[in-house]
Amino acid sequence: MSTTPTDLDALAATLRAAIGADRVISDRQQLRTYECDGLARYRVVPGLVALPADAAQCAAVVRACVAAGTPFVARGAGTGLSGGALPHAHGALVVTSTMRDIVEVAPDDERAVVQPGVINLAVSRAAAPHGYYYAPDPSSQQICSIGGNVAENSGGAHCLKYGFTTHHVTGLEVVTPDGERVRLGGRAPDSPGYDLLGAFVGSEGTLGIATEVTVRLTRLPESVRTLLAAFGSTDQAGAATSAVIAAGVVPAAVEMMDALAISAAEAAVHCGYPAGAGAVLIVELDGPAPEVDAQFAQVQALCRENGAFEIRIAADDAERALFWRGRKSAFAAVGRISPDYIVQDGVIPRTALPEVLRRIDALSAEHGIRVANVFHAGDGNLHPLVLFDAAVDGQAERAEEVSGAILDLCVTHGGSITGEHGVGVDKAKYLPRMFTDDDLATMHLLRCAFDPDGLANPGKVFPTPRLCGEVPGRRSGVHPAQAAGLAEVF
Amino acid sequence: MPADRILDRLRAAVREAAEGPPRPVRVPGPAAASADGPAAAASVPVTVEAGPVASAPVTVEAGPVASVPVTVEAGPDEAGVVRRAGEADTIAGVPARYLAAPRDTAQAAAVLRAAADLDLAVTVRGGGTKQDWGNPPRRLDLILDTTALAGVVEHAAGDLITVVRAGTALDLLATTLARAGQQLAVDPPVAGGTVGGAVATNTAGPRRLLYGTPRDLLIGVTLVRADGVVARAGGKVVKNVAGYDLGKLVAGAYGTLGLITECAFRLHPLPAAAAYVSRTVDDPGAAGRLAAAVRAGQLVPAGLEVDAPPAGPATVTVLIEGTRAGVAARATAARRLLGAGATSTDRPPGGWGSLPWQAGGTGLKLTAALSGVPRLLAEARAAAERHGLPLALRGSAGVGVLYAGLPGTADPERVAALVDTVRAATAAVAGHTVVVTAPPAVRARVDLWGPVDGLALMRRIKQRFDPDARLAPGRFVGGI
Repeated sequence: MSTTPTDLDALAATLRAAIGADRVISDRQQLRTYECDGLARYRVVPGLVALPADAAQCAAVVRACVAAGTPFVARGAGTGLSGGALPHAHGALVVTSTMRDIVEVAPDDERAVVQPGVINLAVSRAAAPHGYYYAPDPSSQQICSIGGNVAENSGGAHCLKYGFTTHHVTGLEVVTPDGERVRLGGRAPDSPGYDLLGAFVGSEGTLGIATEVTVRLTRLPESVRTLLAAFGSTDQAGAATSAVIAAGVVPAAVEMMDALAISAAEAAVHCGYPAGAGAVLIVELDGPAPEVDAQFAQVQALCRENGAFEIRIAADDAERALFWRGRKSAFAAVGRISPDYIVQDGVIPRTALPEVLRRIDALSAEHGIRVANVFHAGDGNLHPLVLFDAAVDGQAERAEEVSGAILDLCVTHGGSITGEHGVGVDKAKYLPRMFTDDDLATMHLLRCAFDPDGLANPGKVFPTPRLCGEVPGRRSGVHPAQAAGLAEVF
Repeated sequence: MPADRILDRLRAAVREAAEGPPRPVRVPGPAAASADGPAAAASVPVTVEAGPVASAPVTVEAGPVASVPVTVEAGPDEAGVVRRAGEADTIAGVPARYLAAPRDTAQAAAVLRAAADLDLAVTVRGGGTKQDWGNPPRRLDLILDTTALAGVVEHAAGDLITVVRAGTALDLLATTLARAGQQLAVDPPVAGGTVGGAVATNTAGPRRLLYGTPRDLLIGVTLVRADGVVARAGGKVVKNVAGYDLGKLVAGAYGTLGLITECAFRLHPLPAAAAYVSRTVDDPGAAGRLAAAVRAGQLVPAGLEVDAPPAGPATVTVLIEGTRAGVAARATAARRLLGAGATSTDRPPGGWGSLPWQAGGTGLKLTAALSGVPRLLAEARAAAERHGLPLALRGSAGVGVLYAGLPGTADPERVAALVDTVRAATAAVAGHTVVVTAPPAVRARVDLWGPVDGLALMRRIKQRFDPDARLAPGRFVGGI
């Protein structure tokens, strides 16, 4: 991390020789393009950028970085919301978006093999003609890449029923932080040994770079039914959600928006949600037609019982898309009602929803900061949008305060500071609110096993820099002097 | 150190953890108090050894010797049990010297801290139902028995999660959860197991097709490391990406990275109805092809199993779970899909979800890319016939995981040859063959785990978590 500009020049030269001059960027103006990811509040111009064409080139880049002692940061499409791909000023940014081949769609194996730069939605498009799709669907699925999804263990609206990226990746080829290429898992389940695949997914680029990803394909459901229910309040919508879950229904998705989020969405995409709603729920069921039909009627009844004053049922895919458009555009839409905003990603036990929302309201009033609420109601993943105007003195600070207080609320209710966006650089300081130093030190053991020199995405996830040190242990090996033949054991 | 003093040290550790904050206790061993002063006496008593020579004459042999009385000393002031190992306290045939049964994470941490100080090799035992799986430990002093580390800590029915201590019996947990119409969707292939054992071996049965394995359902975990440090990862909410997911790592690690003391799980509602739709076909390969046809359909089964006894026909069974009306309609569709002779019942067929071998036999786990399942089934049967061995095949054809069993009386040379053949067949379909268990004569002739991708990384992980290799040493892949 003490890499100097001169060292970077030397590294750039090495990389140009290794992977081609056109794949290495060191011009200051061009480097600016990469100064942030989806969380633009953090900006660092990278020391240099490498755009490997394939896994072999990616490994060559990492090896060169290791040889130079230069940190490296992997970046996919740059849509992450926690600053996980924030560059290192004296490091290399390894951009995988040029590795974008769909290697194989194998419906008979229910798998697809893709390079990390492949866009999430492209996998589903490639699989659709065979009757399959790729289930994890982050809101950014039209622009985010699978490599980034793997790094962040991305979720999405439908992970309530189908799980997260970790449940849908069965194999990886990775370049480890020492530049080795290693296969983890594959097309078959249950590879013998430790679940390195499971450990790698969601490690936010700190354990290496994925260069090929084998994903599970899910059969396109026979039936999909979607409804939009309007309620007077978020409490009512929350109660309806609880009733649905208590009835033993596992919907594909249950999404909620409050009045402020609805008004933003209306302003942005004219989604035409029912007027006067204090909250809307989108509930989607999918699966075999006989099951969906039986449960869809039940869900409608439960919404009505809990105060829904209007229920719309999507007649076709176009109407379903309209329902979802309001929800999926919500983050961008608040730009219409506020110059600046912070998106939070805290999680609470779903049953704590009414209380936590009341506390958020109180925080909002107390600090004079508006908060729009959009969330995955089924799994308690909140996305409070904390609105502020950076031009107004003190607002940014107060927004940050509200934001932190919301995460505290999540943690004190037994939840998490992040459900799907990752810790990255943005939430590293909040991690100790969830975990003790022993917890973090234990997680760090894993990092040290992969990356003893701390070159892979340093400064992310862990709140304070930690060194690995030598592998401890009383019998970890012969004394170096003995090994060197300088001493003998008598 | 003499066995009695080791037992004293372990007991003192448990006692202190049970009593909460440290307070002065009687220090066993004359040297300790004077050498280390009151400060040392107040914590886990640090006995200063006079050296190997001085302690050598005191030869109180510990171990499963019948003449040594097994003293269970769980007095009112000693919550938890520390005792000499009895005759039954062996792991895969290796005798232990001591046994500790802590009742909570704090006691477990105290035991492992003391074990670290005393350089004791430790193997964790839950229900003891899978102790003949994997390799025998290279070294074993202490069995850490988790059966007292039991109980449901929390069941938040509205949030569909539970937090449960590792030694809790799976069937007991199932009963508790069923009262709320919920389940931990794990089918244990061996009865009598604990939550911790299911996670540590990551074993799952037929319904893994729909619900995944224990690893997939684990949302939070509390561990005690080899050095006695307690660490948590994950949490109590299903959706959570804060920090590394250490639960993934310890699930299926056979207790080689740490002791699991508490697990948080995602739960599922119990289905209102279930139907088992079966059809018998000529041979395992045909069963595999039929299973593939089911996968391509729209049944969304909870399980899709093949059962092929050593000779003759094979059966495909589809498990449908859901609402009453939904299951009835889907079972009809399943019968149509399976073809002539398909039958439907609401009871599982014989052998459902159990492993196709008896105690003392050889058990294999075969994995395959889904498209390779029919071929693997056919080749395994053909290979068994060639080697003259009665190979029973059973497993989750819809997932690509099959189990194969041979009787313990089968000729070890032939079994070893069959393992080689089957291993090559699984490799050809992107899978692996693991010898889950085998009699000693077979173990001596086969590599239980076969080739392991990423082994160098796994060794580095083990070295960081358990640098002295005291946790179940040698049980796992590559001698880990």
